[in-house]
Amino acid sequence: MDNAIEVKKLSAWFGDHQVLREITMGIRRNSVTSVMGPSGCGKSTFIRCLNRMHDLTPGFRMTGEVLFDGRNVISEKVDPVFLRRKVGMVFQQPNPFPRMSVFANVAVGLRFNGKGKSKSEIVEVVERSLRMAALWDEVKDHLDQMGSSLSGGQQQRLCIARALAVEPEVLLMDEPCSALDPVSTSKIEDLIEDLSEKYTIVVVTHNMQQAARISDSVAFFLLGELVEMDKSAKMFTNPSDRRTEEYITGRFG
Amino acid sequence: MKVGANIKDFLFEKTTALFALCVLGLTLLLFALLIRESLPAIRKFGVTFVTNSTWDPVLEEFAALPFLYGTLVSSFLAILIAVPLGVGSAIFINEFAPGWLKTPISFLAELLAAIPSVIYGLWGIFVLVPILRDNFMKPVSRALGWIPLFQGPVYGPSMLAAGVLLAIMVVPFILSVSREVLATVPQVQKEAVLSLGGTHWEMIRIVIGQHCIPGIFGATILGLGRALGETMAVTMVIGNRPDIVLSLFQPGYSMAAVIANEFTEATGDLYLSALVEIGLVLFLLTIVVNLAAKWILTRMVPGRAGR
Repeated sequence: MDNAIEVKKLSAWFGDHQVLREITMGIRRNSVTSVMGPSGCGKSTFIRCLNRMHDLTPGFRMTGEVLFDGRNVISEKVDPVFLRRKVGMVFQQPNPFPRMSVFANVAVGLRFNGKGKSKSEIVEVVERSLRMAALWDEVKDHLDQMGSSLSGGQQQRLCIARALAVEPEVLLMDEPCSALDPVSTSKIEDLIEDLSEKYTIVVVTHNMQQAARISDSVAFFLLGELVEMDKSAKMFTNPSDRRTEEYITGRFG
Repeated sequence: MKVGANIKDFLFEKTTALFALCVLGLTLLLFALLIRESLPAIRKFGVTFVTNSTWDPVLEEFAALPFLYGTLVSSFLAILIAVPLGVGSAIFINEFAPGWLKTPISFLAELLAAIPSVIYGLWGIFVLVPILRDNFMKPVSRALGWIPLFQGPVYGPSMLAAGVLLAIMVVPFILSVSREVLATVPQVQKEAVLSLGGTHWEMIRIVIGQHCIPGIFGATILGLGRALGETMAVTMVIGNRPDIVLSLFQPGYSMAAVIANEFTEATGDLYLSALVEIGLVLFLLTIVVNLAAKWILTRMVPGRAGR
């Protein structure tokens, strides 16, 4: 199996504070990779490096390589705007645009960068994205209602549909269920499994059960370092590193 | 002990209530006085006071339309110039300016708000009006003089000069309110746009549309309120001619300006009463503008915009 993203010796700093230390890992294509670890271990910082989300943060810098499509995307020569069309993101807090309709929320990315799509193409993409996000049946009769009027779980699936509409290859999800109730959470988890047939998915989570349920591989972060990364089954039954074992058996974190 | 505390609370509550009542009382008193003093003019002219346009102290014929027109046109012109300028600089300061530039720019902008209006007026007479006249009005009048908005001889003091000067005075208000409004946009909303491959410009456009329109509208009304009532600076550059002319290059007159200019020389009772009635009209105009703004704002608040 080939890797969609290859990370090599990625280090990152906020000002003088180093938050990532020489992370090296491969992220397999069309699979779910979970990044877990206790709060402050750098897992969110890590996935936000993959789509250059830190670009606007003053004092942030990173070194190393993130290879995607054969290019080091953290180099300044790569335009983050184009990178983010290929590497989409779903956030911890559902963040639909509150004063746009459900339809407009999904269609918004299609209108960026002057990408001219005809009206019928847009309608088609919106429906397809909402179906992929398992939201179509719930909203198809009121696509004109405001994004903010949906429930929390629906809003998160709307955000997933919005990210899918621009047709990325990779979908980064930063604790996508932590603001949701158990029913919505299990819907999103099912969705993640379905989506992994077509997309490469990286999920940050601090919930080990969730990581075990949804992922093919798991990376365990601690204090800005990648402790170990392996197949999900191996990680939770027979980890190689003592620190991983201590974490999954609940001795800290 | 307990009783003592209760008495203190009681006194505190009643004292503050008294202060609040004072504010209400003053407003009502002001309104009542304006009506009482303008009664002779109201009786004499009735509705024609706001529909006619003759202002002739010698024949004792008074009507407020030219002043109403001047106030409205100069204020709206000011808003037209000041809103893009204020909102644009707010966007620049909040989103683009490097850290070392933010503080001096916003400090200077706030300083602009603290300059007394008579100083703006002087600067208007000696700097702004000559610059506008020689570099803008004359060339435009030569090239586009056939358009009604730019017709007629160029003097300098004019509706345009008043509008531009008012715009400069109003920009700091719009700027600082817009900056506060922009600062309230949740970071996750900005990141949502960026994560979809939006550019910096698309991010700003969308978050303003999603979160800032009511706030910017509020800032505009604040600026409009200030422009409507501004007296000194307008008096010094508007030209003080009570005519209704479409051309922005011609002198005009505003309600506040005519009160300030003619109050001391208003000898007849009717003359004085007519000036007070102009004050009354100005008072009502600002109330109407504010109420209309509140009404529009309640319809714009997020959540109600839906179905």
